[in-house]
Amino acid sequence: MTEAPAVIEATDLTKRFGDKTVVDHVSLDVRQGEIVGFLGPNGSGKTTTIRMLTGLLTPDSGSGHCLGYDITRDAEAIKRNIGYMTQRFSFYEDLSIRENLEFVARLYCLRPMAEHVDRTLDDLGLTSRQGQLAGQLSGGWKQRLALAACIMHQPKLLLLDEPTAGVDPQARREFWDQIHRLAGEGLTVLVSTHYMDEAERCHRIIYISYGKVVARGTVEEVIAQSALTTLVLQGAGDGRLVDALRREPGVDQVAQFGNTLHVVGTDAGELRQAVERVVQGRDIRVSEGETSLEDVFIRLMEQYGEARP
Amino acid sequence: MRGEASSRIRAILVKEFIQLRRDRITFAMMVGIPIMQLILFGFAINTDPKHLPTGMIVPEPSAYTRSITAAMRNSEYFELRHGSMSERQAREALKRGTLSFVVSFPPGFSRDLVRGQEPQLLIEADATDPAAASNAVAAFDQIVESGLRDDLNGPLAQARQPAPPVDVVVHRLYNPEGVTRYNIVPGLLGVILTMTMTLMTAISLTREVERGTMENLLAMPVKPLEVMIGKITPYIGIGFVQVAIILLAAHFVFGVPMIGSFVALFVGLTLFIATNLALGYTFSTVARSQMQAMQMTFFFFLPSILLSGFMFPFRGMPEWAQWLGEVLPLTHFLRLVRGTLLKGSGMNDILPNLLPIVLIFGLVSVIALFRYRRTLD
Ligand SMILES: Nc1ncnc2c1ncn2[C@@H]1O[C@H](COP(=O)(O)OP(=O)(O)O)[C@@H](O)[C@H]1O
Ligand SMILES: [Mg+2]
Repeated sequence: MTEAPAVIEATDLTKRFGDKTVVDHVSLDVRQGEIVGFLGPNGSGKTTTIRMLTGLLTPDSGSGHCLGYDITRDAEAIKRNIGYMTQRFSFYEDLSIRENLEFVARLYCLRPMAEHVDRTLDDLGLTSRQGQLAGQLSGGWKQRLALAACIMHQPKLLLLDEPTAGVDPQARREFWDQIHRLAGEGLTVLVSTHYMDEAERCHRIIYISYGKVVARGTVEEVIAQSALTTLVLQGAGDGRLVDALRREPGVDQVAQFGNTLHVVGTDAGELRQAVERVVQGRDIRVSEGETSLEDVFIRLMEQYGEARP
Repeated sequence: MRGEASSRIRAILVKEFIQLRRDRITFAMMVGIPIMQLILFGFAINTDPKHLPTGMIVPEPSAYTRSITAAMRNSEYFELRHGSMSERQAREALKRGTLSFVVSFPPGFSRDLVRGQEPQLLIEADATDPAAASNAVAAFDQIVESGLRDDLNGPLAQARQPAPPVDVVVHRLYNPEGVTRYNIVPGLLGVILTMTMTLMTAISLTREVERGTMENLLAMPVKPLEVMIGKITPYIGIGFVQVAIILLAAHFVFGVPMIGSFVALFVGLTLFIATNLALGYTFSTVARSQMQAMQMTFFFFLPSILLSGFMFPFRGMPEWAQWLGEVLPLTHFLRLVRGTLLKGSGMNDILPNLLPIVLIFGLVSVIALFRYRRTLD
């Protein structure tokens, strides 16, 4: 990979609330034009990390730069040059779409204001709804408004915090198409999510669990790093097989998809033996399958979840 | 740079204005509170009390003193104690508060009256509750005249017209300033502005926090001072809507004179409104919830009403209360507004009242800017 300039560089970011370490020595490195997925279960510290990157929270230790600005000292410059979409919709519900965008345009001193607003409305297909109150919009439209508001000033870096939570599949797809279009124009994106399919649309992913980064790289790299083996059992409609397999040593996960079972384990040899013991004498075809990102994440969650009191 | 700041201030200002316009309840409150308070204080509390206990000092009873006594009884303003009292008895009763009025006929009253010499008739009023006393006193002249009308017919008609037959002398005791409705309605202007203006901005930041919009506001490049100016300014307009309502009512309904400088009044009002808004905004930077912000507002409102000179004459309060009162913007505003409306004060006269308000404004603004959280920590 040709090294594009770094847009986010953070080292050992740590944040404590009370005596609870919510973000624990997290380091990030995001390069220009990349879409990086920031993954992890609820409460793992994604929002807290993103807030530190925007200057909204002060890290207890560690340091970082966004677009070359120090996250603790140059918060003002960062605010001017990035777009940040909060996890919870945080525009004014008693203002219309257009009024919200005008508010943002004035805050960023975009001139001429009407032109910027019109262009943004048009880009995101919001023109016909511009008079509608934000509070009356569905999740998908709210999300579009929020995205519109944070790209209107043409930032070089977008930080999106679970932008597609509660949004229907079609709107999600359109949203991602938009993100890729923007990245194609040179925008850098860090997006947190817990949808697997979205992770797969990222150039790279960073997975955190309980405030610690536990996996990072491209999807293929993360899958390869996990060194998991997946066996696909076809013609295994019998639900009792699942329990039988789970009891076997070497089997980490069993997931049923209709008549097909996906059995996942860390040790390929042990896994194979376990499966053979269970399927013996049955009309089941066993083949090697591809480990999915979801299998990896479930594995990571179990692995790092256990350390928790 | 200056253009950018003004653009950001306008962003907040326009947004606040739109929100205010869509918030029907707040809007109704802004108009409703002045009207409600004017009715409460202006009419209900300031009614026309009747049957007030009255003592009579009549050294020489005659047909004329009896006619006047009867007319007083008929007017229903006065509830007469039986018989004539000694001067000492009457004073005591007035002091204890068992009597509201004492009417004294001087010796030789009837003789002077018949001769057309306009004898004096003294009415002493307990004016600690001036509102209670004022109507009865105002009506007293008329009552005396009507009581004597029949007695002074025929040969004595010349004693009747054109001058009044009796020279009524009024002594207001204990409250020589004679605070009346004239004093209360301008005071209400200050009280209403204190309450509504402080409340409006007190919820302004906590509301952003509770609705989740604060994170966004903090994430955008706007400075604390710009937020403050943008959030306060629209409400100055609302304040003047209230001022218009109250002053119109003061003039047309209550007949309050307005003899001072309007420029001075306008300057005073603008500063006073801004000060209360800044104060409310400061509450909002300190409070953690809208509920807390409102509690703080009411906590502030109470001493404002009690210690500013609105409820009780300022100079009649104990010294410590006066010191506390001096810290409240309302205290200075009351002096200012009474000065400009009733005493004909101009710009120079109100400067001593204006200065403390400016000081308070500066102080609370600094606190607000200092307290404004720039991060979510
Ligand atoms: N302001 C705060 N005070 C105390 N605890 C907090 C605060 N913000 C977040 N937390 C806690 O920090 C943890 C991580 O939260 P968050 O960063 O929101 O996770 P995520 O975005 O990955 O769901 C959670 O356990 C949450 O309860
Ligand atoms: Mg989150």
